[in-house]
Amino acid sequence: MNFITIDKKDWAPGVDQSRKTYRVYGPVEDKNGCQIKPLAPDMQPKMDAPVTVMSAKSVLFPQTEKILTATLDESKEDHHVMKPVETDDMPRVVLGIRPYDAKAVHLVKLNFDNPDYKDPYWCAAYDATTFVGLGVTRPGPCDFSTAVGSGPFSEEGLDVLMADMDDKYLAKILTEKGEKWAAACGFATAADPKESQVLFDVLKKEAEKQIQADVNTDKLAQKTILDLYDAPFWDEVAFSCINCGTCTYVCPTCWCFDIQDETRHNTAVRFRNWDTCMSSLFTHHASGHNPRGTKVQRVRQRFMHKLKYFLDKYDQGIMCVGCGRCVASCPVNIDIREVCNRMNDYETTK
Amino acid sequence: MENPYLPYPVRIDDIEVATEDKSLKTFTFVFVNPEDEEKFAYKAGQFAELSIPGVGEIPIGIASSPVEKGFVKFTVFRTGVVTTHLHNMKKGDLMGIRGPLGNWYPWDKLENKNVVIIGGGFAFTTLRSSIVYMLDPANRKKFKNIDVVYGARSPGMLLYREELFDWEKRDDINMHITVDGTDDPDWKYHTGFVPQVVEDNAPVADEDTYAIVCGPPIMIKFTQPALTKLGYQPHQIIMSLENRMKCGIGMCGRCNIGKELVCKDGPVFTLEEINQTPKEY
Repeated sequence: MNFITIDKKDWAPGVDQSRKTYRVYGPVEDKNGCQIKPLAPDMQPKMDAPVTVMSAKSVLFPQTEKILTATLDESKEDHHVMKPVETDDMPRVVLGIRPYDAKAVHLVKLNFDNPDYKDPYWCAAYDATTFVGLGVTRPGPCDFSTAVGSGPFSEEGLDVLMADMDDKYLAKILTEKGEKWAAACGFATAADPKESQVLFDVLKKEAEKQIQADVNTDKLAQKTILDLYDAPFWDEVAFSCINCGTCTYVCPTCWCFDIQDETRHNTAVRFRNWDTCMSSLFTHHASGHNPRGTKVQRVRQRFMHKLKYFLDKYDQGIMCVGCGRCVASCPVNIDIREVCNRMNDYETTK
Repeated sequence: MENPYLPYPVRIDDIEVATEDKSLKTFTFVFVNPEDEEKFAYKAGQFAELSIPGVGEIPIGIASSPVEKGFVKFTVFRTGVVTTHLHNMKKGDLMGIRGPLGNWYPWDKLENKNVVIIGGGFAFTTLRSSIVYMLDPANRKKFKNIDVVYGARSPGMLLYREELFDWEKRDDINMHITVDGTDDPDWKYHTGFVPQVVEDNAPVADEDTYAIVCGPPIMIKFTQPALTKLGYQPHQIIMSLENRMKCGIGMCGRCNIGKELVCKDGPVFTLEEINQTPKEY
């Protein structure tokens, strides 16, 4: 583990130098608020940005992604034979990712890279990506990351964790990928490891103190799926929901997708697109049968998946990193923190 | 890295209209590359994604049996965009098959046991795969009594008619064919819904008897109590479920029932397992 300091006046030149090796992603301000996007050659990441509206999940899992293609031209020998679109192996770096979003990548990995199947597109993007995080010194009002196994200075999923020290960044290099990125930027000013760690610890403690959320998950594992599924509060939780799906799109840990084909002239392309369990079509059978045909069933599915099914399936905590985006973005003020507490505190009377 | 989304190229070798209303057709496919057939080594009860480039994919149970070599068969109900397109395709056309996917009936556990197969409608496809597998000369001795209860709406909607009547003539399998109703005065088999025929004809359970149930949700729902009346315990009732699927490999998040993914952890579950999950099927 080594620490370096990066003078802020060296930051932009270093980022530019790294572009020879990396495609650079970072927070940028646009008409839709702050977003993590690929940075054009003349753009620098907005490192002091507040919480980005969308997480960094699209870096590895684009909203729409080509996965296969085929020619439909019957004069070609390989017509109607689907072929994989080449995976994007170019090294990329995500600058200024917040620690909870990096932890989310770790959780999503359980889905896309499992002992039975590896998703070649997600895995190639993951292998090619370096995550350079920036500790959160002023957590927002919806941030409850400390309650769910992450936190403002969590290191999980990161290759580098930086702390903003006014005129410089103090950076903790966590992995070999992180070392390579620092070298590509020319960042090499060593910092004293002991002093640096003390500084990180102080900043972490101060940031964590600012998070006031009282969200408890400690009793979720002891409950049975059926008890929580049959709990009486789901109608109330779902009452105001308009099934817009915003919560799922802004969530860094939601990974559901659809697969669709499109044709243009004689070329067929198979895409995958983000999908949402809030849509009634998500589970609608061709026969007309729909196991989750009502709103309350779909709202229950979302919370049960994140807070119980995932927990039981992977034994890696809940499928939430406490970024608070779904709380902030929900147009009808459904709050996962309240739902989590209700589930955690629920005692069946059976 | 293997790409689990990539279908094997196949050619339609035969198309057979399976039912009188022509809503079901049985497609026989051959693999364009013989080595792909080896990679597509499946077990009775599994499914695959039929893939038409430019149109889409659909998950369908495999109707052929692992003991049938050189081809793979699927019986497809015309109901949506992809199935309608497939029904309009012709012999010789090229498309793709991805799989095999999902788990299968627990054949190791079923050895030396009595097996009761219960199916309704076109869900009978994977059960055909199982019956052909069990009746294969190399396998028949591995199983004790085999009973089949199969129901269709009408005589003209019965699938695999020739095979059904061939099996009927054999003395190493007990067939109980039923239709919901018929005007045919020559109809010599049962009339009535599958659950009632099960209750009246299926063997009473002992610890060596297992039931495999595959059919529409409503049939499954009413067959469970009939089997319970006959003494079947939840671990002796094996069901194949159908939820909407896309990826077929447990990643797209669509087909879950509780923490189980029907496409990967299933589609085959025991009632004992299902009883631990929400009723979302």
